[in-house]
Amino acid sequence: MNFSQESADWSCTSCGGDLSLIKVGFTYMKGSFEIDLPACAACGQVLVPESLALGKMAEVERILEDK
Amino acid sequence: MEKNELVAWENKCIQEESPECSSACPLHLDARLFLKEIQKGDWDAAYKVLNKTVPFPGILGRICDHPCEERCRRGPAGGPIAIGALERLCVERYAGKKRVQPLPRKDRRIAVIGAGLAGVTAAWDLLKKGFTVSVFEPGDQLGGSLFDLPDQLLPRKIIREELSILETLMADIRLGVQLDKALFEQVAEEYDAVVLDRDSLYGCDLSLKLDDDGLIAIAPATGATERDGVFAGGGTRFRGGFSPVMETLEGRKPALSIERLMQKVGLEYGRENEGPCSSRLYTSLDGIVPLPRVAARDSIRGYTEEEAFLEAKRCIQCECMECVKKCLYLERYKGYPKKYAREIFNNERMLLGAARQYNVFVNSCSACGLCETICPNDFNMGALCLVARRTMLDQKFMPPSFHEFALEDMAHSNGELFTLCRREPGTTENAWLYFPSCQLCGTAPLEVVSSYRYLRESLSGGVGILLHCCGAPAYWAGREDLFKEALDKIRALWIEMGKPRIITACSTCLNIFQEHLPETKPVSLWDIMLEVGIPDAACAHGTTRNRVGIVDPCATRHNPVQQKGIRTILNALGIQIEELPLSGETPECCGYGGLMYNANPTLARDVVTRRTTASDNDYLAYCAMCRDNFAAAGKRISHLIEHLFPAVEGGDPAARDWISWSDRRANRCRVKELVLRDLGEKEEAHLEEYEKLKLTISPCVLKRIDERRILQEDIRKVIFHAETSGKKMLNRESGSYLASLQPGNVTFWVEYSPEGDGFTLLNAYCHRMKIVGIMQ
Repeated sequence: MNFSQESADWSCTSCGGDLSLIKVGFTYMKGSFEIDLPACAACGQVLVPESLALGKMAEVERILEDK
Repeated sequence: MEKNELVAWENKCIQEESPECSSACPLHLDARLFLKEIQKGDWDAAYKVLNKTVPFPGILGRICDHPCEERCRRGPAGGPIAIGALERLCVERYAGKKRVQPLPRKDRRIAVIGAGLAGVTAAWDLLKKGFTVSVFEPGDQLGGSLFDLPDQLLPRKIIREELSILETLMADIRLGVQLDKALFEQVAEEYDAVVLDRDSLYGCDLSLKLDDDGLIAIAPATGATERDGVFAGGGTRFRGGFSPVMETLEGRKPALSIERLMQKVGLEYGRENEGPCSSRLYTSLDGIVPLPRVAARDSIRGYTEEEAFLEAKRCIQCECMECVKKCLYLERYKGYPKKYAREIFNNERMLLGAARQYNVFVNSCSACGLCETICPNDFNMGALCLVARRTMLDQKFMPPSFHEFALEDMAHSNGELFTLCRREPGTTENAWLYFPSCQLCGTAPLEVVSSYRYLRESLSGGVGILLHCCGAPAYWAGREDLFKEALDKIRALWIEMGKPRIITACSTCLNIFQEHLPETKPVSLWDIMLEVGIPDAACAHGTTRNRVGIVDPCATRHNPVQQKGIRTILNALGIQIEELPLSGETPECCGYGGLMYNANPTLARDVVTRRTTASDNDYLAYCAMCRDNFAAAGKRISHLIEHLFPAVEGGDPAARDWISWSDRRANRCRVKELVLRDLGEKEEAHLEEYEKLKLTISPCVLKRIDERRILQEDIRKVIFHAETSGKKMLNRESGSYLASLQPGNVTFWVEYSPEGDGFTLLNAYCHRMKIVGIMQ
């Protein structure tokens, strides 16, 4: 999954800066993951695109719920 | 679940019970599978089924007296399947070679005296068990009285061919032997055990006790004679008529007994079902079209293959599956309760490295009780799932996502925005306490307020009101702590009110109170109405032009009085009734029960969608969630209360659309506000800052976020946080904003744009995975 398009589409309003693809950490039910996502290097704001939240992320949530 | 509990649950489901044909067969031949293979046209496979159970298929296949046919379930619908004739054709056409490998021999030596059908069966079974076997036969060939049968029925060549297998298995065969007491004593001395064929030995004095028929007396279960190590069987022709299949069974029993004797284990243990036995399997004949037995054109030669195929096709492949036929949930997981009980048991004991696969399953049951009503043996999947849910919670592997939304909805109902307990104004003691139910308030607020007014006017003794949730969601979620908390609160308020009788407008609340708070003597609003009269304003509108299908809630399954009362009220309103297929004792749930809608929204939607197709008429419900779930599936449906207390004159309640979870909450707050106003109190609504945001949502976005279980309150919180903190992202092209917030376990993402002095919601989504942040 590549979110460079989303990265280009959005900007951070807190610092007015561009977003870039940065490694972001997630946890859920004893599992932890890292994924490259659009984020603001200056203030740490992260963007989780809808396609990720409803797709892969939901899928992994379901798998972990059955662990 | 403990092992003994699993066994008890498994035993309740009869799907895996043997069909009648196999149970009736003394050898328990799997006749259902045999017929299934013929239905598929696979005669070789059919032969294999015979060969697996029957010692000499070529013999028994031709002469079996087929007691299976007497108990065949096809019997009442055209006559039993001609299993005997089909077996005959199967063994006649079989051209394959019998491949038998001589087995490694045990050093135990067994003697079989007499080589009739029982004797050769014993010899065959003992050889297969690995014993060294000697067969003593007075004649010049094996088979005894089988040679008395007509050659046309059982060709001699076949007897010899079939029995030659004993030689292949290295049996020590001694022909032309004089069968007498001297031989018996010698053999009994020399061998570890002896089997006597009573058919061959009839009239021979071995100094053994005889039975009334003059046959050597045996214990029926084991074939044991009075003498240790000596067993006997056979001789059916001397007691009521030759039965080849019983003769075979009576040769088989001593062989098993000898094996047990040699292994020094109990001879009788667990043999109750050996031989013909009863079966608990239920097979419905509903929808089975009667078909007469296929007659062979040539009655002497028997069936041709085509005739046999047609005859086998009449087999209905007995099984129960009654609950699975009716319940989409049970059907979807491709099993049946016995299998599911085993899976749940295994799920709780996850083996190392294996994934639990039944967490969603356990939490998808609506616990409506339909299976128990249908099941010939009262298996209640909901009860099993509820126990399993509590275990999941105890063992801490219940994912919060399964019930969190529903429990938060319940918390809203039991929070200060909805909870209200008041006496009727001007009274100090109340005989009655109206408990309209949280979900009815959520969908029909104005009607609920009118119904309370009606109760105050119609009943003497004062009618108080209690706005609260009965705790059903917590009960379904297995959350005994939260359930108890809700009940304790209701009980405390009820006592404070002077123990009035509770009137409720929800069947689920009624059941919960009847079972868990029986001291409140709960009664339904509808029953009160039948006593004191239907409200003056009541009228049938909108739906009167056609008949309406009544949707009985699953919670009324065991309450025929209430169901009848509803019909009486509808008749009085002049509404014509259509009885839907799943009504009365057998209603299905709408997907709300058991919190199916929370743990498995796809299944819940499919369940209700299937139910919408039962009739083209409008539906009429008397459960709030039934109304809302059917409406969300696009079905025209109204709630009874909308006809009894019309909010709009001349309206068409069935045209009212689906309702969002946010609107349900707002409606509950509205009921509290209106009741307070009615009672002469006024409560200043305290609005949080985020609640003051002006928010515009288009219908299609509203439907989308509701299906994603996102409330407008969540949206407002996100936007408020973004606008006050400045933490948001800007879309360079469209100018819209995207912001997120994690108020609890869920992270909400909201895309919006400013609109005048408010905001327009463009999209929202959520996830449960927690953002840790940028990794260093």
